[in-house]
Amino acid sequence: MNITGGELLRLENLKVYYYTMDGLVRAVDGIDFYMGMGETVGLVGESGSGKSTLGLSILKLVPPPGRIVDGRILFKGVDLVELSEDEMRRIRGKHISLVFQDPATSLNPLMKIGDHIVETILAHENVSRDEAVRRAYTLLEDVGILPERFNDYPHQFSGGMRQRAMIALALALKPDLVIADEPTSALDVIVQHQILELMKKLREAYGMGMILITHDISIASEIADKIALMYAGHLVEYSDTGSFFEEPLHPYAEALLKAVPNIQLSDQKLRYIPGMPPDLINPPSGCRFHPRCSYATSICREKEPPKLEVRREGFVRCFRYVSRDSL
Amino acid sequence: MSTLRVYIVRRLLLAIPMILVLLTIVFLIMRAVGDPVSAILGAHAPREQIERIKAKLGLNDPLHIQYLSYLWGILRLDLGRSMIWGQRPVLEEIMEHFPATLELSISAFVFSVVIGVFTGIFSACRYNRPPDHIFRLYGIITYAIFIPWLGMLLQLIFGVYLGWLPTSGRIDPFMTPKMVTGLYILDSLITFNIPSLISAVRHLILPTVTLGFYLSGIYTRLTRAHMLDVLQRDFITAARARGLSERVVIYRHALKNAFIPILTMMGLQFAALLAGAILTETTFSWPGMGTFLAERILYRDFTTVQGTIVFFAILVVLVSLIVDLLYVYIDPRIRY
Amino acid sequence: MTASFSKPISSALRELKLSVRKELKYYFTFTGFGIIAFFVVIAVLAPYISPYDPVKKVGDPLTEPSLKFPMGTDGLGRDILSRIIYGTRIVLRITLISMALSLLIGVPLGLASGYIGGKLDSLISLLMDSLYAFPGLILAIALAVMQGPGEMPMATSLTVVYIPTYFRMVRGETLSIKESLFVEAARAIGAKNRVIIFSYIFPNVIPSIPVILSLNAADAVLTAAALSFIGLGITAPTPDWGFDLRMGYPYLTSKIWWPSAFPGLMIVLLTLGFSLFGEGLTEILNPRLGGR
Repeated sequence: MNITGGELLRLENLKVYYYTMDGLVRAVDGIDFYMGMGETVGLVGESGSGKSTLGLSILKLVPPPGRIVDGRILFKGVDLVELSEDEMRRIRGKHISLVFQDPATSLNPLMKIGDHIVETILAHENVSRDEAVRRAYTLLEDVGILPERFNDYPHQFSGGMRQRAMIALALALKPDLVIADEPTSALDVIVQHQILELMKKLREAYGMGMILITHDISIASEIADKIALMYAGHLVEYSDTGSFFEEPLHPYAEALLKAVPNIQLSDQKLRYIPGMPPDLINPPSGCRFHPRCSYATSICREKEPPKLEVRREGFVRCFRYVSRDSL
Repeated sequence: MSTLRVYIVRRLLLAIPMILVLLTIVFLIMRAVGDPVSAILGAHAPREQIERIKAKLGLNDPLHIQYLSYLWGILRLDLGRSMIWGQRPVLEEIMEHFPATLELSISAFVFSVVIGVFTGIFSACRYNRPPDHIFRLYGIITYAIFIPWLGMLLQLIFGVYLGWLPTSGRIDPFMTPKMVTGLYILDSLITFNIPSLISAVRHLILPTVTLGFYLSGIYTRLTRAHMLDVLQRDFITAARARGLSERVVIYRHALKNAFIPILTMMGLQFAALLAGAILTETTFSWPGMGTFLAERILYRDFTTVQGTIVFFAILVVLVSLIVDLLYVYIDPRIRY
Repeated sequence: MTASFSKPISSALRELKLSVRKELKYYFTFTGFGIIAFFVVIAVLAPYISPYDPVKKVGDPLTEPSLKFPMGTDGLGRDILSRIIYGTRIVLRITLISMALSLLIGVPLGLASGYIGGKLDSLISLLMDSLYAFPGLILAIALAVMQGPGEMPMATSLTVVYIPTYFRMVRGETLSIKESLFVEAARAIGAKNRVIIFSYIFPNVIPSIPVILSLNAADAVLTAAALSFIGLGITAPTPDWGFDLRMGYPYLTSKIWWPSAFPGLMIVLLTLGFSLFGEGLTEILNPRLGGR
């Protein structure tokens, strides 16, 4: 099954490992993925699932001792893995940009907010400084920051404002893809909602593709077209949001959704997923979720489940659906 | 009352007790540690001569009177008079020698910071690889260097054996440029005196390298440590994620943030700079305050020695005050 | 009963037992220790290994290094190697005495001042901070000038220079430990101040001392040599490295390098020994950030 023409990003068997002193951490262990232009994908997973590493690896920013070990990252048809550092630099910030989790630490404390944007613009485009400044003001306005705050320093902003500034930075050069790594996790709930609304609004205006990395399924549900669920370095389910919530395929997805408390039901026991988070140095054999899966059978222990296409779009990695595989 | 103003005032107020304490310490050392006149004239000098000189220097007055007149004198910029060179005011003699020390100090300081910071950055960016280990060793070795010995080595190699550079003095005889600032390099530039400029520079090289090398190690280590710390922070990855060139990331983002503690160190290093300058000057016969002090010690010119040390004390406090105040411009977090 | 926090020491020992990993910090420490030990041995065995009497003229002045005089002779015909060997004693004695004295004064002062606090603490701290800010060499010069030449005056001058370093470190640690929970608990059960200081605070201060000690020792060797170099140190004909270096100075322009080069080399080596030891120890006891 293909996505033709407007394919934005395709990952083929991407493997990113960390060579640490405690052992080899297989953070991203063979991921296949694709998304089209203008789509928003919610990359959901618990901490340690490898989702942040995946985000960083798309831009080839995985810190040592991590490395991209295998696979292809096809961005608009071009394999980023093959590109040199110089070529990657031209892509970063301009075609693909990153929004970081904690805006307090992602901005240079000694640099004015406006200057962050101006610097980025000037690094990629051959415009005059005045022009860059003008554009910076416009961007700040777009994200809801008052123009007189252009010359303020990061510590003078509140958390929400800082995140808005980061978003402005990410959109400064109208990238095709924005990867947002837990953009709301460091904020309180009301501000979270504001930021999400802002992101939706900007998506309308700029039309960029987005990968929203988060551990919070409800946030993903608010903004994403598709949900990509990660577990222990594998992409275990990829469905459109509606289907995901109505009929989660993968047992992990099912358990996750069951675990979300429903405020409308009374007398609920808090459901949780039994077992321990997986050890990425010595992951479980076969399907990595099998120790915690209530449907696990012997084959789940022995072999890794293949990609099975069950719906019109997306896939799931679980032996339960072998019979339903449309291929 | 803005936090900025509070900070400045508080810093200024802190300087005063410190100067007072230092001046008192110098006073006590010069009076209480031993009989200064005997120490100077030797224990075998005739009694009456000792008493006469003591009376002249006011050493027979009660201690607190001496202390007060000492402080009062300093306030009036009177650091005493030389016991040897015909009652010349000490301050005057110091100021004659001050420009030479200033020139050497600035030159060595710049050299040490440039070498230190760049080697520190170089080391941090190659963390745990051989160049890093080499520079870590460099940082330790430089601080263990005995300045006269290094100076001597350089003099031997570049002066005596290779004959490329002069080994002593500040400039060739009769080449002194017209006096404007007292800094020969500056003066030769101002008066377009190229031969003087060349001579002055040639004389400045070896002392600068000697003192600068000694001081650079600390900057190497400090820069390396802070760069390593800053380079791990999120905003560095964020900057790279925006496609900024590595050079911009390292210098405009990382170094700027690592710089504040380096600036502190510069202030603290001033004391080491002064001490090192004294040794460097005596090694290279550089006509600055260090040579001056050493010479007067040899001649047992007690009052001049005391006055010079007082001068050093005040200088140290002033410089650390200036550095602290400079902070305000570097770190916007204090300003707002 | 000692409330032991001596995590740094026990964890360092554990590290050592588990695996003396091939890390720079261990090389530093062992090399440094080796150098120091080497000099100590030389100092102790001086009379037995020294080929000649260091203060007697034994040959023609300024002869080149040869088999007879491995380091050559100085301006007065004395064997330089012998002077170096005996000079080791002088250096180590001065360093030892000044380090011991400054420690014995600085540490208790820091403990007391930090613990008692209040105006007394502020006053003493002001004094110590001012002393600390003052260039060590100049302070030493001031003290030495007034005392005249000799080994003890040098040691005394150096002592004063280093007291503030111990004071500041110990006081800082005292202040932070003073506030910790287990000290509060001890107070709550009525422990006397003296007991608290000796059994609770002091043991936790100890681990930080060796590092400062060796770094100070390195600095002391340099400062002592500097004092001798300026002429404020030992009287001739005692073999002192700094003094000998100065004496050899006038001959440099005639390419006679050995009277100055060898004493200077020894100064640098001994200082390096203390430095490496101290630096390595710092890294072992508090691993620096910046690693992964």
